[in-house]
Amino acid sequence: MAMLEIENIEVFYGVIQAIKGISFQVNEGEVIALIGANGAGKTTTLQTITGMISPKKGSVIFNGTDITKIPGHKIVGMGMAHVPEGRRVFSQLSVLENLKMGAYTRKDKTEIEETLATVYKSFPRLEERKNQPAGTLSGGEQQMLAMGRALMSRPKLICMDEPSMGLSPILVDEIFNIITEISKAGTTVLLVEQNAKKALSIADRAYVLETGNIVLSGDAKELMNNEQIKKAYLGE
Amino acid sequence: MFKKNLKKNNVFVTYAIVVVAYIVVEALLLTGNMSSLMQGLLVPLCTYSLCAVGLNLCVGYLGELSLGHAGFMCIGAFSSAFFSVVMQDAITNSIVRFIIALIIGTAFAALFGFLIAIPVLRLNGDYLAIVTLAFGEIIKNVVNVLYIGYDSTGWHISISSQQALGLAEDGTMVINGAQGITGTPHDSSFTIGVILIIIALIIVHNLTNSRTGRAVMSIRDNQIAAESVGINVKKYKLLAFTISAAIAGSAGVLYAHNLSTLTALPKNFGYNMSIMILVFVVLGGIGNFRGSVIAACILTLLPELLRGLSDYRMLIYAIVLIAMMLFNWAPAAIVWRQKLKAKFKKTGEEA
Ligand SMILES: Nc1ncnc2c1ncn2[C@@H]1O[C@H](COP(=O)(O)OP(=O)(O)O)[C@@H](O)[C@H]1O
Ligand SMILES: [Mg+2]
Repeated sequence: MAMLEIENIEVFYGVIQAIKGISFQVNEGEVIALIGANGAGKTTTLQTITGMISPKKGSVIFNGTDITKIPGHKIVGMGMAHVPEGRRVFSQLSVLENLKMGAYTRKDKTEIEETLATVYKSFPRLEERKNQPAGTLSGGEQQMLAMGRALMSRPKLICMDEPSMGLSPILVDEIFNIITEISKAGTTVLLVEQNAKKALSIADRAYVLETGNIVLSGDAKELMNNEQIKKAYLGE
Repeated sequence: MFKKNLKKNNVFVTYAIVVVAYIVVEALLLTGNMSSLMQGLLVPLCTYSLCAVGLNLCVGYLGELSLGHAGFMCIGAFSSAFFSVVMQDAITNSIVRFIIALIIGTAFAALFGFLIAIPVLRLNGDYLAIVTLAFGEIIKNVVNVLYIGYDSTGWHISISSQQALGLAEDGTMVINGAQGITGTPHDSSFTIGVILIIIALIIVHNLTNSRTGRAVMSIRDNQIAAESVGINVKKYKLLAFTISAAIAGSAGVLYAHNLSTLTALPKNFGYNMSIMILVFVVLGGIGNFRGSVIAACILTLLPELLRGLSDYRMLIYAIVLIAMMLFNWAPAAIVWRQKLKAKFKKTGEEA
C-alpha cells in the first residue's frame, strides 16, 4: 500500500477549476517530483494534500487514513510536514525559536532536543545563526530554515513547494543535496518544482502537471530522456 | 533562560509602576491635594487603560487592526449596568454586586467578540478594520433604540419606542432608548479600576508568554507558516480576539458603574473612542502593555492639565502626540534608547 494516495481530486477557486481530477501515489522511501510550469496547479495540489484547502471531489489517503476532510493543522501531527512556497519563516523569531515552533505538535522535550541536533547536523548554517532573527537571513538560509522547521515535527513524509525558487545555482545544488540526504535518512519526499531538471535528477519517479491535469508520469530517469519533456521543460 | 528572566523583571516593573502610581494618587487624595476635576478623571483613566490593554492584545499580538473596541466596551457597560440596576435592591453588598456585574459585562463582551470574530477574522488588514468599525457603530446604534422594562406581568422589549413597550403603571424602565440606563449604583472606584488593570495585565502577560501566546504571535508573523507547523490558526485568532473584546468589556463595566446615567453616545462608545484607544496603543508601543497604560494616562490627563492654556491646548496636545510617536518609533530614537538601556545595565552590573 502506498504511503500517500491521491484519488481523482478536483479543486476549484470559485468557479475556476484549478485541478481537474488527478491521481497519483507516493510510496514509502521514495522521492517523488511533481513538475510543471507556473500556474499548472502544483501548489494547489500540495495544499490539498496538506489540508490547507479542500477538494470538491476525490480523496487523499495517508498511511491508510482518509485525510481529505482533516484540517491542515491536525495533519502535521499525523506525520506529514509541509514546507510552503516562498520561504515562510517567522521573521521576528530567532532561528532557534523558528525551529522550536516546528515541533509545536510534539511534547517530549528530550526527543525534540534530539531532533534539533539532527537538523543542525543537516544545516550547520542554522546552528551558527541560531540566535539571529529569521527575517535577517539570506534567501537560501530562510529556505533551509523552512525545511529544518518542517523536519522538527519528525515527519514520515515531507512535502516541499519549490524549494529552489529564486536561489542561485550554487544554493540550488546545496538545497537538492540536502533533500537527497533527508530522503536517505528515511523521510519520504514529495517535491513540487518548476526546476524540472534538478527535480528529475534526484527523484525516483515524477508526475508532470499541465493546467490541472497529469499529462505524463513515470521513472524520473526515463522522463529526463523523454523528447516531449526535453523540449518543454528541460530547454534542450 | 536569561531572556526569560529579563522578561519577567519587565513584567514586575510594570506592576510596580501601577502600584506606585496608585499609592501616589491615594496620598494626594488623602492629603486633599487633588482637584475635583482630576478626581473625576481617575476612573475614566482606568477605563481607557484597561481598554487599551485589551486592544493591544488584538493589535499587538494578534496583529489585527480593530476599530470597533468601543463597541465591546459599550456591550460590557450596558449589560452590566442592566444587571446592577435590576438587582440593586436584591444584592445590597456593592462589592458582590460589582463582581457579578463584572462577570456579566465581560462575558457578554466576550460572547459578542466571539460572534463578530467568526466572520470578521476571515478578512485581513484594512477590510477587517473597516468591518470592526461598522460592528462597533451597529452596537452603539442598536443600544440607542433599545427599550427594555418590566412590570408585574413580566419583561417588555421593544426597538421602536417607550410607548410600544406597553408597560403597566407600576412598571420600571431599565433601558430607555437614547436616554440609556439611569440609576446605576456607583460601584466603581479608582481602587477597583487599578485592581482590574493589574488583573488584565497578569492575564495578558501570562497569555503572551504561554504556548497559546506563541501560537498567536506566530500567526501574526506568518499565517501560512503557522498553519504548516500545526497551529490551529482559526482557533487561536478567535481566542485572542475574544479575550481582547472581553477586556474591553470589563473596561465598559468599570465605566458604567462610575456614572449614574449611561448613554451610548458617539463620544463614549463611537468610533472616535475606538480610534482614541488605538492612539493609546500605537503611541504606547504596539505589543507593549505597559506603554498602553502610560499612554492612556498621559493623553487623558494632558488636555485637562493644559486647560489653563485654553487656546493652545489642542496644539500642545498634538505636539505631544507627535513627540511620543517619534520617541517610540523613529529609528534614531530607538537606537538612542537601546544605548541608554545598555548604559543603565552596565552601571547596574558594576554597582
Ligand atoms: N487563491 C486563488 N484564487 C484563485 N485562483 C487561484 C488561487 N491560487 C491559485 N489560483 C489559480 O490556480 C491555478 C493553479 O495555481 P497554482 O497551484 O498556484 O500553480 P503553480 O503552483 O503550479 O504555479 C492558476 O491558474 C492560478 O491562477
Ligand atoms: Mg506554486
